[in-house]
Amino acid sequence: MSAVMRPGPAGETAPRSSARRSITLDGNGAVAHVAYQASEVIAIYPITPSSAMGEQADQWAAQRRPNLWGTVPRVVEMQSEGGAAGALHGALQAGALATTFTASQGLLLMIPNMYKIAGELTATVFHVAARAIATQALSIFGDHSDVMAARATGFAMLASGSVQEAMDLALIAHAATLEARVPFLHFFDGFRTSHEIAKIEALAPGDLRAMIGDDLVRAHRARALSPEHPVIRGTAQNPDVYFQAREAANPYYRACPTLVERAMDRLAALVGRRYHLFDYAGAPDAERVIVIMGSGGETVQETGEHLIGQGEKVGVLKVRLYRPFSPEHFLAAMPATVRTLAVLDRTKEPGSVGEPLYLDVAATVADAVARGSAPFARMPRVIGGRYGLGSKEFTPAMVKAVFDEAGRPSARTQFTVGIHDDVSQTSLAYDPDFSIEDPANVRAVFYGLGADGTVGANKSSIKIIGEQTDNYAQGYFVYDSKKSGSMTVSHLRFGPRPIHAAYLISRATFVACHQASFLERFDVLREAEPGALFLLNSRYGSEAVWGHLPRIIQRQIIDKRIRMFVIDADRVAREAGMAGRVNTVMQTCFFAISGVLPRDEAIDAIKRAIRKTYGRRGEAVVRRNCEAVDTALAHLFEVAVPPAVTSQIDLRLPVPPQAPEFVQRVIARMIAGQGDALPVSALPVDGTYPTGTARWEQRGIAAEIPVWDEALCIQCGKCVLVCPHAVIRAKVYEPERLVGAPPTFKSAPARWREFSTDRFTLQVSPRDCTGCSLCVEVCPAKSKSEARHRAIDMMERAPRDTAEAANWEFFVALPDTDRRALNQGQVKDVQLLQPLFEFSGACAGCGETPYLKLLTQLFGDRLVVANATGCSSIYGGNQPTTPWTFDREGRGPAWANSLFEDNAEFGLGMRVALDKQAEQACELVRRLLPHLGDLGPPLLEADQSSDAGIQAQRGRVARLRKALEGIGTSEARDLLSVADALVRRTVWIVGGDGWAYDIGYGGLDHVLASGQNVNVLVLDTEVYSNTGGQMSKATPRAAVAKFAAGGKPTAKKDLALMAMAYGDVYVARVAMGGSDAQTLRAFREAEAHPGPSLIIAYSHCVAHGYDLRHGMDQQKTAVQSGYWPLFRYGPTLSRERRPALELDSKAPSLPLQKYAYNETRYTMLAHSDPERARQMLAQAQEDVLARWRLYEQWAAVLAGREGGGAP
Amino acid sequence: MIDLSTTYLRRPLANPLVCSAGPLCESLDNIRRMEDAGAAAVVLHSLFEEQITVESSYLEWHLSHGEESYAEAVTYFPDLQAYRIGPDAYLEHVRRAKAAVRIPVIGSLNGVSTGGWTGYAQKIEEAGADAIELNIYYVPTDPEMSAEEVERRYAELVRDVKASVRIPVAVKLGHTFSAPANLARRLDRAGADALVLFNRFYLPDFDLENLEVVPHLTLSSSYELLVRLHWVAILHGHVRPDLAVTGGVHTARDVLKAMMAGARVAMMTSALLQQGIEHLAAVREGLLDWMSAHEYESIRQMQGSMSYRSVREPAAFERANYMKVLSSYALRTSARPAAAPDLGG
Repeated sequence: MSAVMRPGPAGETAPRSSARRSITLDGNGAVAHVAYQASEVIAIYPITPSSAMGEQADQWAAQRRPNLWGTVPRVVEMQSEGGAAGALHGALQAGALATTFTASQGLLLMIPNMYKIAGELTATVFHVAARAIATQALSIFGDHSDVMAARATGFAMLASGSVQEAMDLALIAHAATLEARVPFLHFFDGFRTSHEIAKIEALAPGDLRAMIGDDLVRAHRARALSPEHPVIRGTAQNPDVYFQAREAANPYYRACPTLVERAMDRLAALVGRRYHLFDYAGAPDAERVIVIMGSGGETVQETGEHLIGQGEKVGVLKVRLYRPFSPEHFLAAMPATVRTLAVLDRTKEPGSVGEPLYLDVAATVADAVARGSAPFARMPRVIGGRYGLGSKEFTPAMVKAVFDEAGRPSARTQFTVGIHDDVSQTSLAYDPDFSIEDPANVRAVFYGLGADGTVGANKSSIKIIGEQTDNYAQGYFVYDSKKSGSMTVSHLRFGPRPIHAAYLISRATFVACHQASFLERFDVLREAEPGALFLLNSRYGSEAVWGHLPRIIQRQIIDKRIRMFVIDADRVAREAGMAGRVNTVMQTCFFAISGVLPRDEAIDAIKRAIRKTYGRRGEAVVRRNCEAVDTALAHLFEVAVPPAVTSQIDLRLPVPPQAPEFVQRVIARMIAGQGDALPVSALPVDGTYPTGTARWEQRGIAAEIPVWDEALCIQCGKCVLVCPHAVIRAKVYEPERLVGAPPTFKSAPARWREFSTDRFTLQVSPRDCTGCSLCVEVCPAKSKSEARHRAIDMMERAPRDTAEAANWEFFVALPDTDRRALNQGQVKDVQLLQPLFEFSGACAGCGETPYLKLLTQLFGDRLVVANATGCSSIYGGNQPTTPWTFDREGRGPAWANSLFEDNAEFGLGMRVALDKQAEQACELVRRLLPHLGDLGPPLLEADQSSDAGIQAQRGRVARLRKALEGIGTSEARDLLSVADALVRRTVWIVGGDGWAYDIGYGGLDHVLASGQNVNVLVLDTEVYSNTGGQMSKATPRAAVAKFAAGGKPTAKKDLALMAMAYGDVYVARVAMGGSDAQTLRAFREAEAHPGPSLIIAYSHCVAHGYDLRHGMDQQKTAVQSGYWPLFRYGPTLSRERRPALELDSKAPSLPLQKYAYNETRYTMLAHSDPERARQMLAQAQEDVLARWRLYEQWAAVLAGREGGGAP
Repeated sequence: MIDLSTTYLRRPLANPLVCSAGPLCESLDNIRRMEDAGAAAVVLHSLFEEQITVESSYLEWHLSHGEESYAEAVTYFPDLQAYRIGPDAYLEHVRRAKAAVRIPVIGSLNGVSTGGWTGYAQKIEEAGADAIELNIYYVPTDPEMSAEEVERRYAELVRDVKASVRIPVAVKLGHTFSAPANLARRLDRAGADALVLFNRFYLPDFDLENLEVVPHLTLSSSYELLVRLHWVAILHGHVRPDLAVTGGVHTARDVLKAMMAGARVAMMTSALLQQGIEHLAAVREGLLDWMSAHEYESIRQMQGSMSYRSVREPAAFERANYMKVLSSYALRTSARPAAAPDLGG
């Protein structure tokens, strides 16, 4: 093609060695493979997207897998990344080979220790799946913001751009650090590399041994602290010596690049893959060179090769060793012909003249030219730009735009690429149709429903192709922002040449849609190239299916000459006993149609993969999957494509036309998957968004919805209370309001004494329901003539969707019941309060959200929420929409998320500020009393302990505002700005157990001790649910969790007991399924308590492993077994204002096993290690009984009863 | 010297006391205690094929449920290396029980599929069980299925299992058959080595408060022994397989009755759950005391002595028995004239 030389990465210049095997894995797996073997102590803490590295290390240690020296590394989970870094620092000081894995805020928490570790010249490697840092919003996705924040720590920084490189450079880092004594931060792009699955050549243990010298390991140990040869470290220095001492380490940094280079050379000699500190690839006489780090380098290189083929003089300089930055190596690698260097940074440093890499390059070039040591004929231009923030796609089209820009005489600097910046005009225009896809590759895109097995099957297909053919394989998976009913898009490439495309497929040769309902919402053929194959899972056969395709799909099938195939995979799966899991069926069809492998070979391979994947889980599962494979092809048909478009069906609008302007203009685009096209001007400048937006999304994901039988219903309100998504609601209204009701709108006489002449309606929002069935399971009203029929039953949505949607609309417009008329101490009445938390994207059947919804029903119009990072901040605040909403007056919860670790403090700050404002407002009212007439004193003395009192105060504040406008003085204007604070606000600090028990515990403890009037709600799922179920200190003994693969050996931390020790903290342990009345009571008491309150709420979770429709029953069992005793504790409970402890549940009446063994987190241990499970469960049972005895005795002691104080 | 020995499933046993399949047999320690307390054999708890299938499906479903739908949580559980789903744990239990005690260890199997019955039976044999008890619990809910069809299935099943193992095979039956004697004969022809009468099942009970059907099992009482005595007495001498009584055996007197009806062994679980495993020793002592007091020399001597063909009035086992009970009841109640129930009809 041209004189382009690939410098070596990714294996193609390497002779295939028989000692090394090809494996197919993701970047996290590749790094963990090396890090685990090269370490003795591994400190871990979960954070996306790095968690999988720690999980694998923990699992291998649980399986007693040895490291390079034949010993099993100690893996220790800490309470935070700060803790992990501290533990690591200690391990290093004690002479261990130690490592850790992290990302984003986690890395930021490690920075203080990183300075120390580097300052002490201590060899270690931190592996970082680089991720954006929360600024105007959190982002779990990839860029280099975190790494760049650590660049001053003194760590060496090594960047990998692909899965193969991640494995290779991980080893380089472990090898070089021991020799250099400089600690290493090895990083690779979050998700793009950490989660990309690729076929690579695995490093063998012998390679690792050859690279890591035993003498260096011993030298590292010799530097350890030991009483045998004592020294001290971590001293304090004064102005006389600190500076000099800081400079004393310089020689080590000077030597470091050469040592890394040598390690790279040694690796090249071993495995044939050659890396340099700066790898140049491109035309030897390039005039335009892009300088870049990470996976983007792959894309630039591929694009460069393409452009060189067209005669352009371009190249890429991939930075591998970013710190210590070696100008000599940089200049030596750069072609002397270069005229423009375009430096691309995957980070943003607001206010700087450029991003970090740009500044380094500019300084290097300028200095060399000034000194006359530069190789360049004349001073080249250095321009800099930003790309790929938060995993924004970085495609060949964008690379071309950068090269084009670099060729312009007026080339900009501080540009952006990949977005449309219509505010600051920084962005480069690019041609989205520019593509350099290798025509030899199969490029397949699969649309699946989360958890339907599509991604799993695709991962299996990649392994099959990667391991059983000579083809290279790559897989990347895109998930959407919801935890339930979400769409996954799998991007798979297979081909005879190594794949360097670090971007999504935009020209697919194969498209599969695993859920026909996606066709209503998305143009799934947008990526299909002419002649592509299209596989659809549909219940309609090969004849009928055409008539059910939207117009846009028909049009493309005809225009692009797409061959279409259809299968009723749901039926095949159902008949094989695997309802809802279409994965193996669709996988079989993919192989049959795509021809990647001969059909019979493919089927054998799939079955082998099934045996490997499911064999451990029992023969029955294997048998069913194999049956599905065997029957799949008999149900696969090619569709005869008619010559013309016949469809009248259009894609559904992302939001209804009556949605507000911002929702239409911005949020709807995100919902439709077109957020990439939103210009900068469309987005708020400060991360502030309107609430009440989830209502517009109407995702329609439930196959079945609850249907109300008004004759049977006893109007108890339990279904309304437990609904996690606030889709089932009740109202009581005057009969006249029924005028104009839709024909199928139901109502019944209200069963309230106070509303005896009114009507009652229980209404379901059909398009917001997730179909979780919690409501049906909790319904106590059963038919007297047919016991299976309840007052609400699940029924098919499709036939009643339109009617129920109209009913919902009518229902919403009905007036809300006056809060003042309701007894808010009763569940029956609370159901009539409007929830201000609705339609969240939480998992179907979520155990957390019912508590939040209740919170908003009780206090929503004066609620301020500080929300810790975690599940609740994601389903609460992950765009495009938010479930937090407002009432008819426009009042509702004000919500913010700060961080994971500081939420208690964040909430306390809110409280202090609100109290201060109230105080100021009162002071101003007092000063202005002469002007306020009768209004003044009541404003200051208002009793706001009830809704009526609060509403009265709101009325006074409204009058005050009017009065102040007439006064017009400076004081009046001041009072106007703080007048709202005269109405009582309630501050709730909300988060999960990962926050409350672990990372945020220090702050929580401090806030509980503060005496301030804050309320803490801990949604206790007993694991880090949001990051995939890692152990927290709330995890119970005997349960399996990630980081506790052998079952957690210690008891759950009793956070309630610890908080009770303060005496003035209100503490309640609640479980809605155990007693809804007690839950309600606790929420109201906590809010009324003038000091700190803590509610620990049992929250069932998908990570517990059972059908969540039984969540409330399981909560009841938790209470009956004594595992989750219900109680309330506080000084407000006794007349004497001494603390009292009210046990609200009875002594354990069920063996713990009856509770625990309903859940997979416990039974999986019983299946894998029965003896250990037995022992642990026996201990856990003893925990339960001991704790009950303790509580009982304490309650008696506090009550001054006899027998409480057993000696 | 009183001889308590008997034979069962082609093996000599020191006495007729056998621990029947139940939760106690799940612990090796209990099995050792049973031997120490004088049990002559143990039947292990049942291996349920259906349970294995269900557990496998559940485990897979729950482990994979919700995974791969959200970028931060692509899975929710660690990937453990192996699960003991399937018969492995049970077979290991058989092996360990065999190693732990000298008395015969009888495996128990509750299958659903033909392949399951024979396959698991072979595995239990390979694990070292001395015999196998087929715990057949089939509920024919299909109204189209005739009694003949049900019984044919039983017989076929026994024939299949017999053809696949060499160790003796016992069949444990329920008592709701139209023609138990005929069924016994069919199972005899199919090769059954013993008939265990009768199974006690979990029965669906109604929870009136919640309108739910809940499985229910109460411990047996000696009263339940009567139906067993009745049918053992009828079958004794008419079929070749050994007969065993299970259900309602609580005391030495119960064991004696079972022996006299014609059983080779009497099996116990409920009594041991209630009174502890050591109760076996008391029962054994009770046997010796009674036999000594009544001058019996051996158990064999009394086996079948009160069976249908050995009693003076066999009609007592037929409808006449019913008449006799009713009249005796009427006699007793007639002393209280106001409360005479209507027992007619």
